[in-house]
Amino acid sequence: MVAHVTTPFQSIAEIRANLDDGTYSCRELAESLISRIEEHDNDINAFITVTADDARSTADAQDVLIAKGQAGPLTGIPLAHKDIFCTEGVKTSAGSKMLDNFIAPYSATVVAKLKAAGCVTLGKTNLDEFAMGSSNENSYYGPVRNPWQTSHVPGGSSGGSAAAVAAGFCPVSTGTDTGGSIRQPASMCGVTGIKPTYGRVSRWGMIAFASSLDQAGVFARNAEDAAILLSAMTGADPRDSTCIDAPIADLTQELSTPLTGIRIGVPEQYLSELDAPMADLLTSALFEMEAGGAKLVDISLPHTRYAVPAYYVIAPAECSTNLSRYDGVRFGYRCEDPEDIEDLYKRSRSEAFGDEVKQRILVGTFTLSTGYYDAYYRKAQQIRRLIHQDFVAAFNSVDVIAAPTCPGPAFRLLEKISDSIAMYLQDIYTIPVNLAGLPGLSMPIGQIGEMPVGMQLIGQYLDEARLLGMAHQFQQRTDWHLATPTLQATGVSHG
Amino acid sequence: MADWQAVIGLEIHAQLNTRSKIFSAVSTAFGAAPNTQASLVDLGFPGVLPVTNEAVYEKAVAFGLGVGATINHQSVFDRKNYFYPDLPKGYQITQLDEPIVEHGHMDINCADGGRKTIHITRAHLEEDAGKSLHKDYAGETGIDLNRAGTPLLEIVSEPDLRSAEEASTYARQIHKLLTYLDICDGNMAEGSMRCDANVSIRPSGSSELGTRTETKNINSFRFLEQAINHEIERQIAVIESGGRVVQETRLYDPDRDETRPMRSKETAMDYRYFPEPDLLPVVIDDSFISAVRDRLPEMPYEKRARFQTAFGLSEEDAETLSGNRSLADYFEYVASASDPRQASNWVRVELLGRISKDSFNSEDVPVPASELASLINRISDETISGKIAKTVFDALWQGETDSVDAYIDAKGLKQVSDSSDLAPIVTAIIANNTKQVEQYRAGKTKLLGFFVGQVMKETGGKANPKQVNDLVRIQLDTV
Repeated sequence: MVAHVTTPFQSIAEIRANLDDGTYSCRELAESLISRIEEHDNDINAFITVTADDARSTADAQDVLIAKGQAGPLTGIPLAHKDIFCTEGVKTSAGSKMLDNFIAPYSATVVAKLKAAGCVTLGKTNLDEFAMGSSNENSYYGPVRNPWQTSHVPGGSSGGSAAAVAAGFCPVSTGTDTGGSIRQPASMCGVTGIKPTYGRVSRWGMIAFASSLDQAGVFARNAEDAAILLSAMTGADPRDSTCIDAPIADLTQELSTPLTGIRIGVPEQYLSELDAPMADLLTSALFEMEAGGAKLVDISLPHTRYAVPAYYVIAPAECSTNLSRYDGVRFGYRCEDPEDIEDLYKRSRSEAFGDEVKQRILVGTFTLSTGYYDAYYRKAQQIRRLIHQDFVAAFNSVDVIAAPTCPGPAFRLLEKISDSIAMYLQDIYTIPVNLAGLPGLSMPIGQIGEMPVGMQLIGQYLDEARLLGMAHQFQQRTDWHLATPTLQATGVSHG
Repeated sequence: MADWQAVIGLEIHAQLNTRSKIFSAVSTAFGAAPNTQASLVDLGFPGVLPVTNEAVYEKAVAFGLGVGATINHQSVFDRKNYFYPDLPKGYQITQLDEPIVEHGHMDINCADGGRKTIHITRAHLEEDAGKSLHKDYAGETGIDLNRAGTPLLEIVSEPDLRSAEEASTYARQIHKLLTYLDICDGNMAEGSMRCDANVSIRPSGSSELGTRTETKNINSFRFLEQAINHEIERQIAVIESGGRVVQETRLYDPDRDETRPMRSKETAMDYRYFPEPDLLPVVIDDSFISAVRDRLPEMPYEKRARFQTAFGLSEEDAETLSGNRSLADYFEYVASASDPRQASNWVRVELLGRISKDSFNSEDVPVPASELASLINRISDETISGKIAKTVFDALWQGETDSVDAYIDAKGLKQVSDSSDLAPIVTAIIANNTKQVEQYRAGKTKLLGFFVGQVMKETGGKANPKQVNDLVRIQLDTV
């Protein structure tokens, strides 16, 4: 077993300093984290694939660059990618039996950019199948467990990426967020997570769930790390027509901007139904912001209650056609001995998709059908516009909106899996942000029953730097983001 | 038939001749080995996204301007969902509610000599599917995705057509326009233009529409007429025997000259159209439209009129020669470099006798326009006779030579025009045919041709026929 060269919970800034002054090498750091993953991931199940050999050779190459004085901000920084980003030569499963045999022949723009920036990829993290879920219980590779308490879920769908950062397997990781899939697990795992503006990060190579809502983002120990990593992922991409035509952004530029004078909108609809412990923590966090100089403003987002129903029409509609390509013909799972093409389609899809995916395909197929389109899909799009207008109106009087990330802390495995509605309501505070295409960030603000919870900051279009700056300022005043779980050493290694 | 009127609308799918596909950077060239021109985007791999090849916008706008249509400043791509092995994504990207072109028209000539306006409802952009190959794989289906993602312009007419002949005239005019505008290569054998025909019948004089059928994927004008005529007759037979026409999609089988059902309305697919979330709306502004307008080539009707005035052609001949852009360019070259009327005759009779006007492509013609012009000039300057010229043309066509002048020299085909060479031959012919000479002098002057023919035969066809004519007459008349 490799000696740990560092505490597993260092930030990018700390790692950068240690790599640059030779305290340890990229290779030593990578080995240390690989052995930690081997030691503990049997309990957490954050990884679907650990790319240890590739990590070692990449780390060696980064050590050469550092020795030559050619290191950039991310040179040698270890990370993990949600297993929904295509990674050339590596299995990219989307958490599905359907793609269990799929070795991606190309890399997603996100993967390629971070590789070029010098990041060392440790592996591919677990997720709800095709990113559909809020507890990470819908994975073909088994559920991810929350590092804070393994009887609990980590949230979803990017549960593996959130748990990996929380467990000290890597300082940062990538995720995707269609209705809360970065912010909700960030809240439940006690880490900082940000979903940028729709179009800020290219979707090329990111396996689609709901194209008009999917957006890549990051998990980190703190806002500064999130800003560094996310900056490297931004920029126009000619291979994604919906990617914003803007140069690579420096999202660290407002980290030192004080909270003074920033107007934070607090929507009445988001607070009225919160349980007392959650409401108390949120209030404390808002008072902390106020103490830092921010101004709290009551606002109204009147169409909030229609967001979840609208989302569960639009997202399934898009997913029902996005997932049509998984037909057993060209790649992925194919059933044994199909009788004819109809049988090939039916059995390949029936045997390889999980229940939640099937449910959403069926719902989406129904809502797009002739005779139902106007009643469901068109109406949902109208609601989407109203929700967008709610935000536009609110941003006339405030700079940022604060809200809970999710209704409460992580729940137990199996607690909500049989109740779709209860599960869907997990995303009641995050979904409106995706419908409007706005950036949203979640950061730790306390604990309930020894489980972390987060607060969400919602920004105007392309205003990620301000969200990250505010979170950084908050993290200068508090230390919830420094809390870490203690992993039980099981001694079981699966190297 | 007199009791019934046919009502026909056409949907024409034209492959746009862009170098690369509509949503990927892969070549659209025809005939490559299967699946060698299919990228991850064309194969519908996980995580890929379409990016529109903007060259398709110019071609669609040019077509819209060519049929006097409205160019929509915003149009939207939609997904049309269905499962089929040659449709990799499980959906086709097309345009449903907001097409790029709407409300155009095309005037056609009718059998009765009049003109008629056919309204064009819309023309929209979409991607072609791949091909399923059933023949070569016993019990299995081969899939070639080279064609998947080839840009198509689907041109939908109103049901303004009333006969198979009108439908084929309209389709030919569309074909002509597409090739003129250089937006489609027009090669129907390779599937560059395919038609679906919507056909219904109603009692003559009725204004109500009957139940229609759609016959799909017809790839020649002849098949189009046959398929429509077949379908009209079939529908009449159904109704006159007390039955009802069923709304359905049918397939035309040219081998058997029949249409047969593919699927009925009851089993029709629900395509679950919705806006394609991976693509932004297409925005076309006025400056783009006017730039396309400025680059538009001469339209077919403009060219026909110019051929009539510039080259003194009849309307019918000008219509034929402007019938396809490649043919028109070929003819114009020949006509400008030689006698235009001769050029018209040679192109219409000799060339179009060998290749059909519709499939004429100057690149495939073994006789270059420059050589045909030389050939006509050698007739005009009396170097060779028209008859010899035909043998030279044959030699060019067969590939025996690529130069008119070199061939005439090598084969010694120059006509003999020198009277000192010809006079002794004429004298000998007259001397050896005394019987015919007597008859001629007795008034049977038609025998002049006989003597001329004998002289031509003697000279191997090289004598200048006009000169032989003169010499024979002089000798016969003066002795």
